Amino acid sequence: MSPAGGNYINQSHGPLFLQNGRVIDPLNNMDRQADVLIVDGRIAQFVEPGGKIETPAGCERIDLAGKWLLPGLIDMHVHLREPGQEYKETIESGARAAAAGGFTAVACMPNTFPVNDSQGVTALIMAKAAGVACRVYPVGSISSGARGEELADFGEMKRAGVVAISDDGLPVSNGQLFRRALEYSANHGLLVISHSEEVSLSRGGAMNEGETSIRLGLPGIPNVAESISVYRDLALAKYTGQPVHIAHVSTVEAVELIRRAKAMGCKVSAETAPHYFTLTESDVGDYNTNAKMNPPLRSEADRQAIIAGLADGTIDVIATDHAPHSRLEKELEFDQAANGIIGLETSLPLTMELVRQGLLSAAGMVELMSVNPARILGVEGGDLGIGRRADLTVVDPQKVFIYREETIVSKSKNSPFIDRELTGKAVLTIMGGVITHREL
Amino acid sequence: METGHFFNHKHLTSLADLSVEDFELVLLTARSFKEISSRSIKKVPTLRGRTVINLFFEPSTRTRLSFEIAAKRMSADTFNISASSSSAAKGETLVDTALNLQAMNPDMVIIRHSSSGAANLLKRHLQTSVINAGDGTHEHPSQGLLDMMTVIEHKGDLTGLKIAIIGDIAHSRVAHSDIIGFTRMGATVSVSGPATMVPLEVESLGAKVCLDPRDAVADADVVMALRIQRERLLDPLIPSLREYAAFFGVNESLLRLARPDALIMHPGPINRGVEIDPAIVDGPRSVILDQVTNGVAVRMALLYLLMGGE
Repeated sequence: MSPAGGNYINQSHGPLFLQNGRVIDPLNNMDRQADVLIVDGRIAQFVEPGGKIETPAGCERIDLAGKWLLPGLIDMHVHLREPGQEYKETIESGARAAAAGGFTAVACMPNTFPVNDSQGVTALIMAKAAGVACRVYPVGSISSGARGEELADFGEMKRAGVVAISDDGLPVSNGQLFRRALEYSANHGLLVISHSEEVSLSRGGAMNEGETSIRLGLPGIPNVAESISVYRDLALAKYTGQPVHIAHVSTVEAVELIRRAKAMGCKVSAETAPHYFTLTESDVGDYNTNAKMNPPLRSEADRQAIIAGLADGTIDVIATDHAPHSRLEKELEFDQAANGIIGLETSLPLTMELVRQGLLSAAGMVELMSVNPARILGVEGGDLGIGRRADLTVVDPQKVFIYREETIVSKSKNSPFIDRELTGKAVLTIMGGVITHREL
Repeated sequence: METGHFFNHKHLTSLADLSVEDFELVLLTARSFKEISSRSIKKVPTLRGRTVINLFFEPSTRTRLSFEIAAKRMSADTFNISASSSSAAKGETLVDTALNLQAMNPDMVIIRHSSSGAANLLKRHLQTSVINAGDGTHEHPSQGLLDMMTVIEHKGDLTGLKIAIIGDIAHSRVAHSDIIGFTRMGATVSVSGPATMVPLEVESLGAKVCLDPRDAVADADVVMALRIQRERLLDPLIPSLREYAAFFGVNESLLRLARPDALIMHPGPINRGVEIDPAIVDGPRSVILDQVTNGVAVRMALLYLLMGGE
């Protein structure tokens, strides 16, 4: 296990020899048994099974028989709550949760207190992120204070370390401001990530609008609140010629709009979260606030459309929208409870469920959780080529475990998956040759 | 009771949790308790020593008083906590408030709250029995039961009856409980109102949705009007109360389509002249005040059965 508060910065680790694993590296068209030698934090050499190699002195050998060796998983949508809500999560605790879930990098959204809308806040996050258990890529806000009124200083934030911009948690309701953000992002090569929501249709809503919301007497959020806004974002991306990334896609309509936009050559990418392909509105059950998030859990038809979108490449990325909240925000009346659930430690096993059902290939999973997020964010990763940084995730595809509240690494425990039996787990996470999580 | 059925519930948050046998037992018990309220000494010792707390986070005259009278006629000790005098204003959570009440060992907490599911939340955290006295736009189970009791008194049986409910069905906790209760006991329920207030999803509760109130009321044995809340104008669900009254108000011309002996009901409080014509409220077919009377009997029955009466 990784040490609490462990300092991974400049930590030198001796060479590692990872033997007998199934290496799945779709970027390099590799899916076969091989041994991997890691030296100085980089991938040094592949050795075919039974091949001979002189391992360097002090080299630790780890047997990965029956395991999958993947490029390190990247979660491009998390909330680490620091600065401002450290009682929910810190960059340090969130990074440990990420490592435990098999992630070597995360992108953290700017809706902190204060909002990450300036180089000062970005610099603070970068400083806090130095030495934690995974790489942390901050996302800056589109508008100052995420108020949706004027542009934040993209250039200065980029210089301080942001890799993308988003007002996530809130949509940019003003179409002109969103258009200008797309245009101006071009100067700084920053990806615009859109939280697409038409608030005049969703305001006050607590769950998906439909039979369940009527039965529970909860104000509903209709699918069109998402799809209308997704359409606007796609139209503006096409008009400006700029790329846009649609966050947390939850509806059949949004999947179809993105599919058509891609066919038309629009530079759009999209993500969904494991809860949208695993759960439906019926999981709200008896007012379970750990099944409350925005966008809300949708219908079975939506869930199926999300899976189809993942399978055919319409949706590029699985991201968790990891949103830690304490009991203070969740042990409340349903309509009063905060939106969001944690996801870093369940994302891989829930995605493995799709692989086991034959809905995704193992290589497809690696694309969705590593290759594509690296490409879309423009960061190193998703690549096991010789000389690349040794960011690696080892998965035991057969490992069956029950996700228990007391074993959650994240500071917050707001998960609808607690006590669920899961299959497939990250048993070894390596960041730049340094082991950040180990249970084998 | 003579049904021989055991009421195996500790809480009542939704009528959906009750079986046909449960409904029969509650209604039969209520009928036998109703007589107590017509005595000169309106008190039986059945629940002597029991403590009942009315925890009301929304203003309520009728329901709170009805529960209080019901408890007192059964000799239970009752205590009323309203939102203004509770800790809610000081920032204490609902769960903390309830746990503090529980620490004083009550036998029953009756909660009225503006959030749907508030009673379900308490049920998860308390060992004490919980009755939902109306939660947001979810349910109002005791109102549903008293409506059923009132119809049975006049019609003998619910099977095969046609019930029409006109109003804001989507946002009415009374309508939700009524639809669940009446349909489970074999009646059919047709609902109507502005389409903004009667989404098709309401049919999943068991009601038939009619765009035209005349279709809902045609041949009805019972016509119920629901209170239109002024804040619904802001959503906007309706253009004006005047327009609502003109097109969806329960009046003589609409009632001519119902059966001649149709009962007129309203859960109160009434906006006379908006959802119902004043003359209808006071007319011979109105059983609106019977509903209020039966409310006490139904709540006596619920307190008795939920606190472990056999």
